[in-house]
Amino acid sequence: MASHLSGGKVNIALVQELAKNELLKLLENIPGRKVIVWDKTLAGPVGLIAKFSLLQEREVVHLYPLESGVLKNNSVNKVIFITRPDLRLMDIVAENVHSVARGKSAKELSYSKDYGSQGGYEFHLVFVPRKSLLCEKRLKNRGVFGSFMQVQELPCDLFPFDNDLLSMELESAFKEFRLEGDPTCLFQVAQALGTLQGLFGTIPRVSGKGHAARHVWELMARMAREQAGCPRPMPTGAPAIDHLLLLDRSVDLLSPLATQLTYEGLIDEIFGIHNCTVQLPAEKLAKPDDSLPVNAGEKKAVILNSGEELFAEIRDRNFNAVGPALSRKAKLISAQLEERHGDKTMQEMKQFVARLPHMLAMKNSLANHTTIAELIKEVTDSSGFLESLQVEQEFMNGIDTDKVHPYIDDLIAQQEPLLKILRLVCMQSVTNSGLKAKVLEHYRREIVHAYGFAQLLTLGALEKAGLLTPQSGPRQYTVLRKALRLTVEDASETAPTDIAFVHSVYAPLSARLAQALARPQGWRALQDVLGLLPGPTVDEVQLPGGGPAPAPVPAAPAPVRLCVIPRTPFYPPPLLEKT
Amino acid sequence: MSAMLTADWCPLGRDTYFRKFDLYSMGWQHELRLENVAVASAPYGGPLAVVRDRKKFVQVQGSGKPVISLYSAAGQHLASIVWSGTTLVALGWSASEELLCIQDDGSVLRYDIFGTYQHTFSMGKDAKDGHIVDARVFATAGGTGVAVLSASGRFFLVLSVADPKLRTLPAIPEMTGANAGSLTTWAVVPEERGARVLVSRNRDLYSLSSQETRAEPVAVPDLGLSSVIEIAVSLDGRHTALLTDNGHLWMGSADLRRKYADFDTKMPGKPRQLVWCGSEAVLGLWGTVLLLVGWRSPVDSISYSYDSPVHLVPELDGVRVVGAQTHELLQRVPLVVQSILRINSTSPGAYLLEASRQFQKQSHRADEYVHLVRGHLPEAVQNCLEAAGHEFNTDTQKSLLRAAQFGKCFLADYDPTAYVDMCRMLRVLNAVRSPRVGIPLTITQLRHLSVRVLLDRLVLRRHYYLAIQAAKHLRLPEVEGSSRVLAHWACYKVNQTQLDREQVARDIANKLGYAPGVSYSEIADKANNAGRRQLAVKLIDYEPRASLQVPLLLRLEEYRPALVKAIESGDTDLVYTVLEQLRENMPLGEFQLCIRNYPVAQALYLKYCRDHNPETLRDIYVQEDDFLAQASFFVRESLDPKNSAREASLAAAQDSFRRARADLNATLCEEQQRLLRYQKGLEDKFGREFSGLSLHDTVRALLLMREVKLADKLRAEYRVPDRRYWWLRILCMAHLGDWEELVRFSKTKKSPIGYEPFVDVCVKHKSPYAEQFLPRVQDELKVKYYAKAGLLEKACQVAVEQRDVQALLFVRSCCAPTDRELLERITAQIAQLSNKK
Repeated sequence: MASHLSGGKVNIALVQELAKNELLKLLENIPGRKVIVWDKTLAGPVGLIAKFSLLQEREVVHLYPLESGVLKNNSVNKVIFITRPDLRLMDIVAENVHSVARGKSAKELSYSKDYGSQGGYEFHLVFVPRKSLLCEKRLKNRGVFGSFMQVQELPCDLFPFDNDLLSMELESAFKEFRLEGDPTCLFQVAQALGTLQGLFGTIPRVSGKGHAARHVWELMARMAREQAGCPRPMPTGAPAIDHLLLLDRSVDLLSPLATQLTYEGLIDEIFGIHNCTVQLPAEKLAKPDDSLPVNAGEKKAVILNSGEELFAEIRDRNFNAVGPALSRKAKLISAQLEERHGDKTMQEMKQFVARLPHMLAMKNSLANHTTIAELIKEVTDSSGFLESLQVEQEFMNGIDTDKVHPYIDDLIAQQEPLLKILRLVCMQSVTNSGLKAKVLEHYRREIVHAYGFAQLLTLGALEKAGLLTPQSGPRQYTVLRKALRLTVEDASETAPTDIAFVHSVYAPLSARLAQALARPQGWRALQDVLGLLPGPTVDEVQLPGGGPAPAPVPAAPAPVRLCVIPRTPFYPPPLLEKT
Repeated sequence: MSAMLTADWCPLGRDTYFRKFDLYSMGWQHELRLENVAVASAPYGGPLAVVRDRKKFVQVQGSGKPVISLYSAAGQHLASIVWSGTTLVALGWSASEELLCIQDDGSVLRYDIFGTYQHTFSMGKDAKDGHIVDARVFATAGGTGVAVLSASGRFFLVLSVADPKLRTLPAIPEMTGANAGSLTTWAVVPEERGARVLVSRNRDLYSLSSQETRAEPVAVPDLGLSSVIEIAVSLDGRHTALLTDNGHLWMGSADLRRKYADFDTKMPGKPRQLVWCGSEAVLGLWGTVLLLVGWRSPVDSISYSYDSPVHLVPELDGVRVVGAQTHELLQRVPLVVQSILRINSTSPGAYLLEASRQFQKQSHRADEYVHLVRGHLPEAVQNCLEAAGHEFNTDTQKSLLRAAQFGKCFLADYDPTAYVDMCRMLRVLNAVRSPRVGIPLTITQLRHLSVRVLLDRLVLRRHYYLAIQAAKHLRLPEVEGSSRVLAHWACYKVNQTQLDREQVARDIANKLGYAPGVSYSEIADKANNAGRRQLAVKLIDYEPRASLQVPLLLRLEEYRPALVKAIESGDTDLVYTVLEQLRENMPLGEFQLCIRNYPVAQALYLKYCRDHNPETLRDIYVQEDDFLAQASFFVRESLDPKNSAREASLAAAQDSFRRARADLNATLCEEQQRLLRYQKGLEDKFGREFSGLSLHDTVRALLLMREVKLADKLRAEYRVPDRRYWWLRILCMAHLGDWEELVRFSKTKKSPIGYEPFVDVCVKHKSPYAEQFLPRVQDELKVKYYAKAGLLEKACQVAVEQRDVQALLFVRSCCAPTDRELLERITAQIAQLSNKK
């Protein structure tokens, strides 16, 4: 069990444990040496539940990414494909299997038919998180379905990131749901929540906002009904999670557009965090005592999670508060290290030595983070960053949102990265509750002229997703901004009293909704505001196993579990809600 | 009263008693003459199958075809089967109470308890060719087995009728078809994993096992030179009894290695039946005389005489004696009953029973009896409870239960669970023993069988209500008890084709509701198999699990309901499955019209088409008049590098945009067409690649080629805003290093973007011309830009002119620490300015 997962209010390590056991069980059922071929989007997340060494113990010799063409394996004849149920991936799997069959002579093939596999190979297929009839059908059409000894599923919906964060790692969920009208992700969310409730007990209260939230709740209720017939062992005792908040991303489109200004947020903005890991230029992190010289351009992976004491302390601070925190820490450590020079008894000396490994680890992590902070500072001090930020904050305060912004124009003229421009334009659209037709047309023409005709499709998709809309009706953002105090003028960055510090001015709408739930009145106090947000409101009580409602437990502070997945690269657009 | 209770007891040896009492008076007495028929019955109070014995001459009435009649254990007629197959060799019952009819060609037909045909399996080709002459049905660990003997003297057996796998047993030495008649008798000995056949031929005894290749001759000591004429194997397969031609009965273990005892029956010839009674005695039937021999006291025997023929049914703890008028149970008196009810018994239970009786008589002697058992009261209570369980007579049950109840009053912390359980169990046992139901189970048998199986048997007899009540009475969990019964009931109900389907569906739904563990899909499946498709559709509606519901609906070819249910479930995989089936079973046009009513299905289908079938995609957009989507489709098409007709695609896109009233987009499409044409012209002119570039990039490419005039023309044609064009010009000139040109350009007219970009590009390219533009920078930005250009002195000067302390501080922060002089000057200036304020 990973220690950093079990420290929170809810023991997330249980989720990891469950997923890990499922995976290992799968592997143990296939005796002998074997290789795994991963769907690339799964390799990272699955790495969070089981380390390679664990797989090695189960005689997994090698991991390959799933790529079209010839299967890259030559020595081991047991091949396990682990993929998402996606038709395109099925085609690749089929191609791989075929490549093996083609590579062998007819004689060998006929020999191998005796034990029902191809070319002496033994194929296994594992779907994550669930089998799909459609995919199986595709494999049958491709004529390879029979080549698989077993087709199994690894019911792993949730990947644990930290002691208060789980992700489903469905990168294109928002796009699928909003643009393609494909509600698969909602079904998966409902199932994942079912799994979670199986581990931690039925969550008594459920609140939510938006069509997707409503839909997920309905699916959850439906699944609970379906399962009434075949009762699963539910954990006894009080449920570990008191309250579930479901948010449709379309309720709060602004928050993922705004530049994150916390330490972790900036690392993500600049370098990108994937599966709790960030790739940093290796030469910057090289230590003087490293014997091997590092090549320029090489990347080094740094794992970021609350297991690291220092990072846990500074990750959620505004970047402006990180510098002081780091220097304070530096002083502390050097003071501690200096202690050894003082006069000491043997007893004290022993204690000091006992503390030494911890102090050295701390020193190491301090060095790392100081370097990262320096790298970030280079960016945040640049005029480009500051000017963009200023424009963002103007928008969020409702200044100059109704006309073409010259700064955006200049950026387009200089052909700055498209993402940066789209982010600002969408932000302007959201904060202005839709752009005037003239303004929208101007931006559209400019972007198509500067970035090419293909961007017409991008803009169309953004419009469809509601990120870039023509103005219609009242200015909701203005009302919401006041009612929910979305912008806070005098937010202190170093000693924050309000969540607004994460964007220096703006407090994320989703966070405000969650805050309101934690108050005694809950969302009743927000009736007017909720009416302004799109979609229906969910406010339900779930009873465990249909039994009588448990007595309310008023004193315990409700661990409201909200985790909006941090922004991902902008197009496909950011994600839908989660838990 | 106690005298009456022991009236039917007979002692066998010193401490063993056997009792025989009536279970039922048979309902069949006027229909049947037992001497002319063969009877087959199942253990655990199973039903009886009766067929005319083909070895006997009787007057035939009606058709010559044999009739198999099925009766309950109480002799109630259940069903008749008119036999139309070939000659019947044997009848038997499987563990799940199915009638097994073994024909002489080796096929085994299975019927349910109501004579409905279920299934046939064969004992193999060899058996078929060999003509079966004899067969036995036997109980195995996993169910019921069948063994047959062919005319050629070969044995074949299957160990489970549910999963018939044929095993051939080794041949008996020197066996040919000619001397097959010399086999005197045979029996099957069930073993843990398989079965053995014990066969006797004259004086030889052989053991045949499917796990061995040869027949093993068995030598049984003490048998002498006599030959074995009858073999009896106990139900559990642990004991064997051999009867020789001189009337000698040998009793021992099933492997014939251990002898328990032997006994001279002095009975002539071959008995009609020889069975084990429990595991302690053997019961033989010669004509109408029963002889009971126990091996623990092999000098004694009990004989019973009847005046009409009877049939013996061995049970786990006794033998049922089926006669023409009565149905009796012969069993060893259970020890606990014996200890309480035996005359002059001094066991604690006996005293407690007596105490309770005295108490009911309101006699003070009750107290004396209680005192006698004071020390053993828990044991006494327990014994009374147990004994009550073994009794069939309700009055005896009551008096024993009363004794137990009376006794437990004297125990301070007695756990009443056992008492309550026994009361409930007895209530259920009495109910199933009633002649209406006719399952004469003893409590020992019930414990062995489990309540679950009992419920199954009640269900099999269609006593649904009783089964549910029993399950509820015994407090079984719903999933195991009442729900399961209800599901069976529903399956039965749907098979009754005479009932109205609406009524049936409603009845079933009313009864079952959303009972946990009920699978409506199974019931619906049954209904469909019974040919009631509409009813199946109605029922499937109640199934809560879409993953079961949808495939069944598809099987019933109810596509639209399947689609609706799949969508409701939210499981898109199911939706896709339905779509695929729909697509295969409908003309394309109809299919597309059908799914347009279901947005989710439509969206998923479109998504699928986007990857696999673009043409269909466009068809649907056209069908839906979705011009925007059509336009996007054409735009995407125009971007395909393999597309040779880009302009046509763009024109189509333009048209679609216009129809969708997206005028700007239409214009952009038109511009793109023009641009493509123009780029082609440029490519011809300059002999380099242009197509694919955006307008902006095209203009820049021209500017970098110093084709300013062409660029100007493009700019005018596409109405590029001044701001952007100026930026382009500046960036390009800087890129080319045309600084003089840049200066000239800056003077053509007032810059729409200010002069800061001029400085920026100079700084970026480290050009000294920055100074030319700095004076024209906006006042409030001047300091910053001087600093940016590295002209700190000048920056300082401007700042002082503007009297701006903040600006000075900024300049100072820009200074390198080596530039002492400047630093000092700035510090001085700051001090001066600050003082003035």
